[in-house]
Order: sequence, then structure tokens, then C-alpha cells
Amino acid sequence: MQMKEFTKGLIKENPTFVQLLGMCPTLAVTTSVANGIGMGLSATVVLVMSNLLISLLRKTIPEKIRIASYIVIIAGVVSAVEMLLKAFLPEISKSLGLFIPLIVVNCIILARAEAFASKNTVGNSMLDGLGIGLGFTGALTIISAIRELLGAGTLLGFSVFGAGFEPATILILPPGAFIVLGLLIGTINWLRAKNAEGGKK
Amino acid sequence: MQTIGELVLLSLSTILVNNFVLVKFLGICPFLGVSKKVSTAIGMSLAVTFVMTVASALTYLVQVYLLDALGIGYMQTVAFILVIAVLVQFVEMVIQKFSPALYNALGIYLPLITTNCAVLGVALLNVQEGYDFIHSVVFGFSGGLSFMLAIVLFAGVRERLETADIPKPLQGFPIALITAGLIAMAFLGFSGMKF
Repeated sequence: MQMKEFTKGLIKENPTFVQLLGMCPTLAVTTSVANGIGMGLSATVVLVMSNLLISLLRKTIPEKIRIASYIVIIAGVVSAVEMLLKAFLPEISKSLGLFIPLIVVNCIILARAEAFASKNTVGNSMLDGLGIGLGFTGALTIISAIRELLGAGTLLGFSVFGAGFEPATILILPPGAFIVLGLLIGTINWLRAKNAEGGKK
Repeated sequence: MQTIGELVLLSLSTILVNNFVLVKFLGICPFLGVSKKVSTAIGMSLAVTFVMTVASALTYLVQVYLLDALGIGYMQTVAFILVIAVLVQFVEMVIQKFSPALYNALGIYLPLITTNCAVLGVALLNVQEGYDFIHSVVFGFSGGLSFMLAIVLFAGVRERLETADIPKPLQGFPIALITAGLIAMAFLGFSGMKF
């Protein structure tokens, strides 16, 4: 097991900001921090479990029907997570709604199955899933914190600015999701370009 | 027996007020990925519309005659994704046969319709909303049209962005997202409408 399989997903290969995968849940559930974290952690559990199963079965699954097999495995894991959430965290399950079963079609999970779990050992695959999942959770937390703070004036439901603050409601409406994510990725590109320049000098 | 009017209203509100892409955030990957040219955007959205319509019909039948009849509702996600995967495979073979040019232009995004959340989303929404067969099909078809409207408008803007002078860090993906945000803002104008 290698630690770098875990850490690479956090920043260097961050699924949201660098690989630009899994945009639907990123945009849809980041209206509040609680939703963002709930979604991120659910996806992390699915990633670790599906990477584990696919890595275990990587020598048994025939090449030609591998994608179909991966999807069935992922769908099974997602159904289990969906039922667990419904039973133990009914509030999160309600506010994430449709997007819990839609984790099945989150490109991040299939991408890790195809690009990593199908070629690597069980331990490394689980670490990879955990790292990518936490990277995804982190990205969702950052986006939802910005949107909740500026769009509703709260953080995790607690008022931050007091009554005098007039929230920019547009940020928690759909257009805000696109614009905040666009500006964030723009900022990250700018920082990376600046770093690269600094490295050359 | 429902009236035609009711179905027209369902369809209009799906396309304009609750646009699948811009309001419900379903199908963002192809929306951002295949929207560089208007022509590929139209081809992609035709394929998606077809898959969504047929998937709505098939998943409705699977839900009523298989899952409900056998009492295995918890297999819903697994069953739906399999139906959709088979359907997409079929569409892929048809397009490859009849329009190789379109097949090449759509590239990797064609098999990816399977993982287009708009398709699975519409199937799950049909069940959640308790639509009957006709409503499901109309909802699936209008969902496809709403995807088409959004992606074609977006591709039109992006074609013009090619020649625009954009600050370097924003080039490519970020400016596309901001553009989508502005289009979504325009669609908010419909949200006050009551059908």
C-alpha cells in the first residue's frame, strides 16, 4: 500500500477542480454546507466500496463486458448506501433526494473503476477511492461554504453576519452554482499558472 | 383520461420552467462536453431525446410489471441502469450504421449517455412523481427537448466565445461555466410563470 495513492486525490488530481468530473452533483447539492458534506461522504463510501469490489474481481470480469459489470456493482453499492441513509439520516436523504441514486452515474466513480481499480491491488484501490472521495468532499465543502455564506448569510445553518446582512440570493439559485464554480476554477488556474511561472525563474 | 392540454402544460413547464440542465442540473457532463459546435450539439441532443423518451416508457413498464409486481422496489436503480445501458448500446449501433460522421463527432460521449444523469434522472422522477404511462413518455420527451434547448443555445454562445478576448485563467472551462450561469439566469425569468 502506498500513501501517494491516497494523497494524490486530495489536491493534485482533485476530481472536481482538476479533472472536472462529476459536475451534476457538484452544481446541484452545494446550496448548503450540510448538503455538500453529505453528498461528498456518500460518494466517498460508494467509491471505496466499489473500488474494493472491482479490484477484487478484476481478474474474473471479462474484458468485453467490464463497463456493464462495473455499473452493476456500483448500482448495487449505491442502492445499499441509499437505504442506509434513508434509515439513519432521513433528513440528509430527503434534502439530497434524487441525487443519491444518481451517484450511480457520477463519472468520478466509473472513471476510478476503469482507470485505477481494474489495474491495481485491493489496498491501493481502496486508498485511491478514499483520497478521491475526500478530494470530492473537500471541493463540495468549499463551493457550498461560499454559496451558503454569501447566498444565505449562514454557515451550517448558523447566522454569520447578523441581521443587517443582505444575502445575494442568486448564489443559492441555479445560476449561482455555475458562476461560483466557474470563478473558483478560474482562480485555481490563475494560481497554478503563477506557480509554474515562479518555478521557472 | 387526461386532456391534451394537461400534457402540453407538463411539457412546457418541463422545457422552460424546470429546465433539466439549467434548473435541475441533470446532464451537465454532455452539456459542457459536447457543446463546442452547434451541429454536434444538435446530434447529441437528438440522441439523448430519443434515449430519454424510450427509457421513460421502458422503465415505466419495468417498474409496474417487474419491480412492483414482484415487490422488489429496492432493485430499482440497478434495473433502470441496465435498461438504459442496453438502450444506449442499441442507439450507438444505429448511429454508427446510418451516420458515421455523427458517430465520430460524438466520440466518447455516445456511450456516456448511459451515465448521463438526465436519463436515469427522468426514469426515477417518473416513479417519484407517480406519472402514468402517457405522462412518463411526455415527460421524458420534454426533458429531452429541454436538454436540446439548453445545449443548442449554449453551443451558439460558445461558438462566438472562440473569437472573444478572454482573460487567460478563465479560458476554456471556467468561462463556459460562467456563460452557463448567465443562460440559467435568463431561464430564471420563466420561474414566476404558473402553468
